Parts: sequence; C-alpha cells; structure tokens
Amino acid sequence: MKKFSAIVLFSGIFVFAIAQVKKPSQTKKPAAVKIKTSATKPATSKARGAVVYKTFCIKCHQVDGGGVQHLNPPLAEASAVVAKDKSKIIKVVLNGMTSKEEIDGEVYGNNMAPHNFLNDQQVADVLTFIRSSFGNKASAVTAAEVKKLRPAKKK
Amino acid sequence: MQKLLVAASFMLVVSGVFASGTPKEKKAHKPKADPVNAGLKLKPGFSAVAFAENVGRTRHIFVTPKGDVYAKLERPKDGKAIILLKDKNGDNKADETSGFANYGGTGITIKDGYLYASSNSDVYRYKLNSNYEVIDTNKGERIITGLVNGEQHNTKSIVLDNSGNIYVNIGAPANSCQEEDRATNSKGKDPCPLLETAGGIWQFKADKIDQTYSNGVHYASGIRNVVGLDWNTEVNDLFVMQHGRDQLDMFPAHFTAHQSVELPAEIMIRVKKGGNYGWPYCYYDPFQKKTVLAPEYGGDGKTVGRCALMDQPVAAFPAHMAPNGLLFYTGNLFPEKYKNGAFIAFHGSWNRAPEKQEGYYVVFMPFKNGRPAGDWEVFADGFAGVETVNAPRQAQHRPCGLAQGPDGSLYVSDDVKGTIYKISYKK
Repeated sequence: MKKFSAIVLFSGIFVFAIAQVKKPSQTKKPAAVKIKTSATKPATSKARGAVVYKTFCIKCHQVDGGGVQHLNPPLAEASAVVAKDKSKIIKVVLNGMTSKEEIDGEVYGNNMAPHNFLNDQQVADVLTFIRSSFGNKASAVTAAEVKKLRPAKKK
Repeated sequence: MQKLLVAASFMLVVSGVFASGTPKEKKAHKPKADPVNAGLKLKPGFSAVAFAENVGRTRHIFVTPKGDVYAKLERPKDGKAIILLKDKNGDNKADETSGFANYGGTGITIKDGYLYASSNSDVYRYKLNSNYEVIDTNKGERIITGLVNGEQHNTKSIVLDNSGNIYVNIGAPANSCQEEDRATNSKGKDPCPLLETAGGIWQFKADKIDQTYSNGVHYASGIRNVVGLDWNTEVNDLFVMQHGRDQLDMFPAHFTAHQSVELPAEIMIRVKKGGNYGWPYCYYDPFQKKTVLAPEYGGDGKTVGRCALMDQPVAAFPAHMAPNGLLFYTGNLFPEKYKNGAFIAFHGSWNRAPEKQEGYYVVFMPFKNGRPAGDWEVFADGFAGVETVNAPRQAQHRPCGLAQGPDGSLYVSDDVKGTIYKISYKK
C-alpha cells in the first residue's frame, strides 16, 4: 500500500517533470557546463567543490564518498585520492578511467567518463573538496596544477 | 503495520532480557543470543534463522533434496569458491563446511545428477552421488568456455530446463552502448556491436564439453544484464530479471536527476526464443507503462520509435534495485498464495544517489499460469541492518541468491558478510 502510493506520487512528479523539461529540450546543445548554484556563489574552493561533487560525482561515488562495492571505487580514505602526488587523481578527473587495476585490494567494474568539460578551477575545487571530506585530510588542489596536466586540445 | 510488528518484536526482546534478568552478570561470557529472525522483518507466521554466517561473498545458492546447501562465492575463500554446508544435527545451523573449486563466480544449480557452477567466463559440471555430493571435486567438466568477461556485468547465472539445455546470461560490458561509456550526451553505437556476443541469453547443451558461442544458441537479445533467473515449471519457460540501465540524466536536456532515479523499471521478462527486449535502444518506463526510445538513440523520454517492435516485459519494479535472485516457489510449506509465485531478491540500488537507496529486500509477487496475479509486496526486509540506506556500504547484508529447501523453506544468501538465511513458516 505504501509502495503503491509512493509510485503514484512519483508518477505525478514524473509527469510534472516531463512538462518542465519539454521546452529546454528543444534548445541547442549546451555549449559549456553551467552548474546551478544559489544566488550567492560559495566563497571557498571546498564549498564550490561540494557543488561540483553533487552535480557530477555523487551518483557513482555516493553521499559518503564510499563508492559501490565492485562497481565504483571509494574516495573516502583511498590511497590515490589522498596521495601527496596529486597528478594521478587530477588525471583521472580529466581523462576518466577505464583501466581495471586493483585499488586498495579491490577491482571496480564501471568506467568513468572523462570530466574534461569541467574547467581548471572546477576540477581544482572538486578535488579540494574530495581530499578534505569523507574523513580525508589532504591538501588543496589549485587550478594551476590542473592546467599543467590537462591534455592539449585535439584539433 | 510493519513498523508496529518491528516495535512489538523489539519489546519482546527487551522484556525477554529483563525476565531472564541477572543484570549483575551482564558481562559474563555467555554466548550471545541470536537476534530475532536473524535480524529480518517478516510477515506473521514466518520465521528466519542464520543457517550459516561468514561463508564468504555468497552469490547464488542451491539446496539439495537432502537439505545440504551449495554456495557459489564471488571470489574464493581459502582457495575454495564452491562451498557445501551441512546441518548434521538438524538444528537449522550448518555444522559442517567443506569446499572446492578455485574460481569465483555467481551461478550454481543441480540438475539430473550433476552440480553446475559458473566462473565469469566458463561453466563447469560435476557428477553427484546419490546423496548429492560431488564424487570427485577434481573432475569438473568444462561444458562452456570463452564467454565475454568484461569488467561490467560479467557474472554468469545459469539455469536448466527439463530437456537437457542450460541457459546462461551474458551481460553487456557497458551501460548503454555509448561511443564513450557513461559520458554526458555520448551517442549510442547503432547497431550496438556488443549485442553479437553479450546483452542476452544463450542456450547450450548441458552435457557437451567445451562449447563456445559457435555451439550455442543465441536464445534472446536486448537484455542488458541478468543475475536472477529461473525456469518456471508451471509453464515450462525461462524467466529472467533485467538490471536496467543507469544514468538517464547523462542527457540533461531530457532527464532530470530525479527522473534518472525513478527510471527505468527493473523488469521481469518471460524469455521467448528469438525475443528482443530492447537494450540498448530502449528502456521500460513504468509510469507510461511502455518501452520507449533511449536518449542515446534519439529518445526524449516519450518517443517510442523502433521500440514499438520490441518484446515486452511481464512485470515492472522500481528502478535500480538490482534483482539478483529469482525463484518460483513450488513448495508446500508456505500458504497457498505463494504457490508458483515469484520471490525476487533485490541486492539494493546505488544509482539513486543523492536520494536514499532502495531494495535490499526480498519481494514476493503472486503468479498464475506464468502471469502476475497480483501486486508485489516486500516479503523479507531488514538485511541492511539500518533503517535507511543512504549509501550502499552502509548495508550490513545484501540479499543475492534464493533457493528452496526440500521442506519448502526459502533460503536467501548475502554477498556482503556471507550469511545464509533460512525462512520457514508455521501456521
């Protein structure tokens, strides 16, 4: 009974939501990534990074940064995430990850698409957030560090 | 109602503690009493025990006519991935454990004097004696080999019919066959080349050695990934549960994050030979009650297009709950309404973040003549051990495999901690 009413409620939301997206769907492809933020832009890199995380990362890496067993690697207290050498984690965000090497003793199946549509500052912000959240206590990442590792644009 | 029952059982536990009350001895080395119903929430009349614990990452299970349990482990434990559990003194707890086979995997079943088990690329069988014990664990025959073993959806579930055939799911090593897997706005490959060797069900002979794709029958196509499957003996047909696609909101022009949480349905398919169930071109929308075109192929959430030609599911369940076990109940222990009905073990979702996760329970759906005969309901809950699962790693147990005991009891495996639950019924 509870399930049934939940489904009715969801379908209501669904129909409403469809009506909402109908119009934007007829516009052209989004040219650049815009992230919805509240009117006041968060001041710190970590706070901005939290918004990026919620938009692009949370579905796979989860609200607690714990990932999903066998599928999506955890970020919480993961050795590569908190490593002193930030280059690996910056490259994963920019280039994605399809290799299936062991990560802290486990293998994870899902592919991560490149997130090179994020600008240098957005990558720095989200990594700063990740490296200082979920029990992680690693240093911030700067836009300059990201810029150095971003592959040259293909023509 | 369910809440009330839980509260009532808690009160029983609490009053039990006080009644036996020797509070001064509370640190004494008494064995800890088992939690009521092994921590599960069940309907009135049903009870559960932990038949075995810490078995390993237990995927599918099978109970022999003697009441012994075979468990297939996702990865070997102490070098063994097929575990045999016996309850010798009849107290509903396994008291003898043995094992063999060093390959991890998911599928395990028994048919006509053989034990069948799968790795993520092969299927083996072992001859059984009259007590359903493997005669020589070193003499496994490899009956199927060389199946696609990608990193995604690589587990192989198996079931046999009554005509000497074995059915194997071969999951597609992708989410939706995009040019770039799981990338925003990445188009689907058309036709999807993965469908030639995966994303479907293959049929092989149960008794031939080293069969490959060339010996098998491409039985059905357009099925993204299956873990739970069963042969329905009432209508003599194969039924499977599909793991539906993830991340529709990779196409933000057409899908909001919330729609991506609620779509598509996890579907049950009555597999007909030669059937095509639509993946990756289509997905099933439970609210519109139809199969619609996927955004990778030009869909917008409403357009049907080529999906009008696809075969349809027989039942739909909420999105992303990951059905890992399916069992049509043929026992006589449970009340009449359960006869021939479907039990489904939902492993639990991850693709609903940032909303709370769903599943992590076993449901029941009544069936008649191979068709649903009523709404589904949660049959056994509480595996996760927490009221709300916000992230999968919070779940202490996740239901995966289902099996029926010779007395009609239902066994459920857990692939987190390796508990095997036995659920019984008393009027």
